[in-house]
Amino acid sequence: MRYMILVCVDESVEVSPEESLPTAWVEEMDARGVRKLGSRLRPVSDATTVQVRGGEVLLSDGPFAETKEQIGGFDLLECEDLDEAIEVASKHPGAKFGTIEVRPLWED
Amino acid sequence: MTGDWDLAEECAQDAFAAALERWPRDGVPRRPGAWLTTTARNRALDRLRRGATEAAKLREGAALWPSDDPGDGDGDGDDGTVQDDRLRLIFTCCHPALPLEARVALTLRTLAGLTTAEIARALLASEPTMAKRLVRAKSKIRNAAIPYRVPRAHLLPERTGGVLAVLYLLFNEGYGATAGADLMRHDLCAEAIRLARALASLMPDEPEALGLLALMLLHHARRAARVDDAGDIVTLEDQDRALWDTTEIDEGLGLLDAALRQDRAGPYQLQASIAACHAGAADAADTDWARIAQLYGRLAPLVPSAVVELNRAVAVAMADGPAAGLELVQALEASGALAGYHLLPATRADLLRRLERHAEAAAGYREALELAGTEAERRYLTRRLAEATEQG
Repeated sequence: MRYMILVCVDESVEVSPEESLPTAWVEEMDARGVRKLGSRLRPVSDATTVQVRGGEVLLSDGPFAETKEQIGGFDLLECEDLDEAIEVASKHPGAKFGTIEVRPLWED
Repeated sequence: MTGDWDLAEECAQDAFAAALERWPRDGVPRRPGAWLTTTARNRALDRLRRGATEAAKLREGAALWPSDDPGDGDGDGDDGTVQDDRLRLIFTCCHPALPLEARVALTLRTLAGLTTAEIARALLASEPTMAKRLVRAKSKIRNAAIPYRVPRAHLLPERTGGVLAVLYLLFNEGYGATAGADLMRHDLCAEAIRLARALASLMPDEPEALGLLALMLLHHARRAARVDDAGDIVTLEDQDRALWDTTEIDEGLGLLDAALRQDRAGPYQLQASIAACHAGAADAADTDWARIAQLYGRLAPLVPSAVVELNRAVAVAMADGPAAGLELVQALEASGALAGYHLLPATRADLLRRLERHAEAAAGYREALELAGTEAERRYLTRRLAEATEQG
């Protein structure tokens, strides 16, 4: 069962690299075989939003939604079931100071 | 001879299955005590193993999940134990990934076998809303792969707490219903008690499951005395204790004893112990308030809630006098924790009244009136305000 986890953090809050970088987590989850791929993302100041309306490509600078917490990284997991995905997500350092959304992939 | 015995078993099992169908509609019988001995429970469960009705219900429930779960034995509902399936179902319906209202509705649907219409009426929602809620919950279970299993050991404590909370919520939905309301609301209590009973028998090593059942029975025993002919709530100190159901009280006290003997205290056992203090008092004056205050003191760290602290303040006032209780109430008000909760100024007013500080009491009753919810509460507060104004 595959899940996307979106690690959402408040960019304005200072967190030390030791607390926030998921190096150990990545190693452990890769070894377990539950993490397939993933990456940290650049901050929203580097984001571009794309829409096509009436045949026109509309661009805007910044994230698609103005929320306090923004997506800071993502990972693709393959787990037994939701309980395992929850366990994996809860061990991500981002869970301690941010919020992690666990979303199943739409696979028929 | 074996054939005759099998036939007798068939008939008895039909009666049990029929009772389980009828109770949600008709209410729990006057003397459910007969059901409640361990022997009767085990007998019922054994019979249900072979009961076509129950197996069909469990197959319907189990059909929500793929049958290739290795932990499921042969995946065939007939040969697996009924007890294991019920336990798996309860934990799955109460999974924390489901919204709370969905957990309550799904539990009623899957474990109590209520129809969507019955659940909607019981939980004061429209039928389409309830139908959608159930469909969404079942979809999420399937799409997000919520597992059909009893949680692993390290998760069991928190997940059991979740199940107990859903059952207690169910009970309170029914208990809050006033006399003359839809009978379905009254039956929610009976349903909650029945499910708590099933859980207690399925988890005999979990004293909190016993504690919850004891708590429900001790509250339920008071229902006839809680409301007067006008439909107003009668407070504990004014209730006619002759109307309390002694059978339920006795059972509740027995269960609480059994739970406490396991020597693993928890919030439901503590709340049941408080209810037991009231149940054991011949009248309001006879109540062991010092013990109740002490029990709230032990509850507070487990259930960090300002409401628990407020209840403790009331008990302290009864045990040590209103001035002692007032100090705690004032500390609560200073913390701002219960802003907007009418019982806070109401309690303050009450304590001031007992200290004969009538003008201040009147101010408290006025404040409470602005926040009070029901007609019955407003009537009570208005009366107290009038008395205080007269005196002050």
